[in-house]
Amino acid sequence: MRSVWIGVALAAALAAFASPLASSLPDGLERVAVDLGFARRAVPRGAPAADYEAPGLERTALGTAVSGVSGVLAVALLAIGLGKALRPRKEIT
Amino acid sequence: MHVPDGFLSTPVWATLDAVAVGSVAVALRRAKGALGEKQVSTLGVASAFTFAAQMVNFPVGAGTSGHYVGGAMLAILLGPSVALLAVFVVLLVQALLFADGGLLALGANLVNMGIVAPLVGLAAFRIVGSRTPRRAAVGGFLAGLLGAEASALAAGAQLAISGTAPAGPVLLAMGGVHLVIGVGEGLVTAAAVRFLCRARPDLVPGLETQRA
Repeated sequence: MRSVWIGVALAAALAAFASPLASSLPDGLERVAVDLGFARRAVPRGAPAADYEAPGLERTALGTAVSGVSGVLAVALLAIGLGKALRPRKEIT
Repeated sequence: MHVPDGFLSTPVWATLDAVAVGSVAVALRRAKGALGEKQVSTLGVASAFTFAAQMVNFPVGAGTSGHYVGGAMLAILLGPSVALLAVFVVLLVQALLFADGGLLALGANLVNMGIVAPLVGLAAFRIVGSRTPRRAAVGGFLAGLLGAEASALAAGAQLAISGTAPAGPVLLAMGGVHLVIGVGEGLVTAAAVRFLCRARPDLVPGLETQRA
């Protein structure tokens, strides 16, 4: 399991260092929604870190990095937990 | 590519939520007892990388950006059932923690990015074949490109059926912009496959590993 956490740490590093450099332009669907005039139909919704902005660190690169690392850890824990639950059971009968 | 709440009509999101629940149930049943220690590790690391890579939007011109989605790559690594579960975990965290993608639209997003992209991508990868690293990389590129394009057209069709936008323009616009984003998806997928051919050839299905 050790190599797994090295892999997860590399993913966290990608989230921490690359995501603050990400383009903030509208993505493909957002662009189409603006061009075809249905962008305003989107229902805004609250979340602990909506739009990858950590509470107290809004609109900062650090906030995005903190969000990214938190998300990577949450995804890794859920995926590994799910994977372990899906391993074959040892007992018979 | 993440559809927010409000874009789809109730019959459309409700139907896709039902399809998603059924698909997750089938995937769980198919994956149950089938995951070895190695696949659990691959699932954890691949899901973490998928989430991280989805945060990195790259500009594609005309004031628009796109990002890698990863459905095809996950299917190449883990097969379509486990890939669906991995995409589900990523979408769940994105929707619940970061309000990225709708909650009612979670089923639509899972169908587009967790079913359509992996199945189309995996089909392309298998048709090209992966006996040599070069072939596997070409297959990876086409898997990423066609998977992204297919899921964009699926999202476009859902918007059209919802009456949100007329079918012709929305399919043309979604398909067009995601052709460019899909080239990025294809390049990342090809690079990832190429890297694994060197570092972990055991994880690339169909690759003939000759020992010297």
